[in-house]
Amino acid sequence: MMLTQVFKIPDSFRKDARYTFCPGCDHGVAVRLVGEVLDELGLRENAIAACSIGCSVTIYDFLNVDALEAPHGRALAEATGIKRARPDKFVFTYQGDGDFASIGLAESMHAALRGENLSAICINNTTYGMTGGQLGPTTILGQVTTTSPMGRNTEYYGYPIKIAEHIALCDGTAFSARVSLDTVANIRKAKQAIKKAFEVQMKGLGFGFVEILSTCPTNWRMSPQKAHERVQNEMMPVFKPGVYKDVLGE
Amino acid sequence: MATECLTDKKVLMKGNYAIANAAVLAGCQCYFGYPITPQSEIGEFMSGKMQELGRAYVSAESELAAINMTIGAASTGVKAMSSSSSCAVALMQEALSYAASDQLPVVLVSVMRGGPGLGNIYPSQGDYFQATKGGGNGDYKLIVLAPSTVQECVDLTYKAFYLAHKYKNPTVLLADGLLGQMMEPVTFKPYPYEEIDNSSWALTGAKARDGRIIRSYAPLADDQCVYLEQLFNKYRQIEENETEWEERDTADADVVLVSFGSTSRNVNTAAKILRQKGVKVGTLRPITLFPFPSKRLQELSKTVKKFVVVEVNMGQMVNDVRLAVNGRVPVELVHKPVGTPPAPDVIVKKVEELI
Repeated sequence: MMLTQVFKIPDSFRKDARYTFCPGCDHGVAVRLVGEVLDELGLRENAIAACSIGCSVTIYDFLNVDALEAPHGRALAEATGIKRARPDKFVFTYQGDGDFASIGLAESMHAALRGENLSAICINNTTYGMTGGQLGPTTILGQVTTTSPMGRNTEYYGYPIKIAEHIALCDGTAFSARVSLDTVANIRKAKQAIKKAFEVQMKGLGFGFVEILSTCPTNWRMSPQKAHERVQNEMMPVFKPGVYKDVLGE
Repeated sequence: MATECLTDKKVLMKGNYAIANAAVLAGCQCYFGYPITPQSEIGEFMSGKMQELGRAYVSAESELAAINMTIGAASTGVKAMSSSSSCAVALMQEALSYAASDQLPVVLVSVMRGGPGLGNIYPSQGDYFQATKGGGNGDYKLIVLAPSTVQECVDLTYKAFYLAHKYKNPTVLLADGLLGQMMEPVTFKPYPYEEIDNSSWALTGAKARDGRIIRSYAPLADDQCVYLEQLFNKYRQIEENETEWEERDTADADVVLVSFGSTSRNVNTAAKILRQKGVKVGTLRPITLFPFPSKRLQELSKTVKKFVVVEVNMGQMVNDVRLAVNGRVPVELVHKPVGTPPAPDVIVKKVEELI
């Protein structure tokens, strides 16, 4: 009888990797996709990751690649330093929305504007997860968080940032897309986008970026299923999935 | 614009250019910077020279980015540096704490100007605390080298790269606006130190091995206890091996004048005048501010009647001298809040008043 392997842990994962995210959190899916793409493009042995602060920092416990921990918001500055020092290496970041688009917005925008040959993955879950669910740069209007107890209003908090659109406006950006992980079909699309963001770096075309709409069931106080429904009903109308820039034009 | 020169011939050069030129000769592969007076010539020189040599240069979007880019480059084992000044070095403190904890060979040139706040662009020694005590969080030390001449700017730039890599520790060349802006004859010898092998720890891609993680995050308190003890064992080693100072006429001295950096130039002249006047005066100039020559000061305190610390700030290094002397003899302060060092005759007069 022929046996077909239908599931395996990515080769790019550490053998002793222990799942540290909350049950139902989309980080698990996102990190796995990154691992699969590293496998498929044969990048593990040539990759260096700059890790951010927040739940996303734990990717170095999963991915068996060289990794440098950056201070909050500085992942793309450190990635720039790594890439400029070792242009032959594949350098990427994996950041949360607070890290990428609030405290690190300058580093993110300027890495894109300089057209650094880097790939950046940003998890948008509309909240600061590790610190217990505070209002962040992507918290949507009306959303209740521990620091917007009456919901996000524009008078006190202003507006959420649409990251993928902003990054697409930078001339140095080669690829910018927003994806979600709410359905199997969208997970497949997300993987394709991550692959694209990696490939533009490999081809030396500039900055590759993917914003991933993700759940935070713990801080949203929702079941994983309800959390995915929230992604569909509340997040996707504000943060529309799509490819916002693709210099390959595919 | 100065050009790179590797020659035993003396050339007349501004301190900032000499530092930049020395960094290039030391094999600095990556420079990241953001303009600030009085050190902007370093970035200007590097922007052209590094491109000419095919090395890395980035006009960073901020000092925060510049020092973190330096950390990124240093994590791959190459020689990397940034340069800045006072209020902008203040912005870098978080990253320096990370670099110390991550044990990365970051080199930072800090050309001091007046403070606090925006202060002014006059020379100052007001960042002695900033460099030696650190504004970052937690227990850590930077190696700090303090030149007093343009030639020493060159020699200590070489040394900064060497020590940073030897000890995997962020290292600061602490100059000031006077040294940065003045011209002096200077000779560039080839980089005199051995190259340090970084292959056991540098991030170079996990080829045929597991991925390395350079991190400061230690979620368990017990791990952090072990780690910090190890880190401080390293600092003790640095104190043991690398403490450097210049000492003159201390054998029979009743009074020892202690100063660092550009201030020592006038202090040496003042000491000569005082000797001519019959005062038994000697001088001690710490060249490494960390490690600080505490042991030597402690020894001297057994024979010396009084120490006078001269510095251009409100009194910072004087605290370390007092700690070293530990109340055995008086430690007085002669200071000027900001600007060029006090003139020799001013120092002479104040020392005479104090003894």
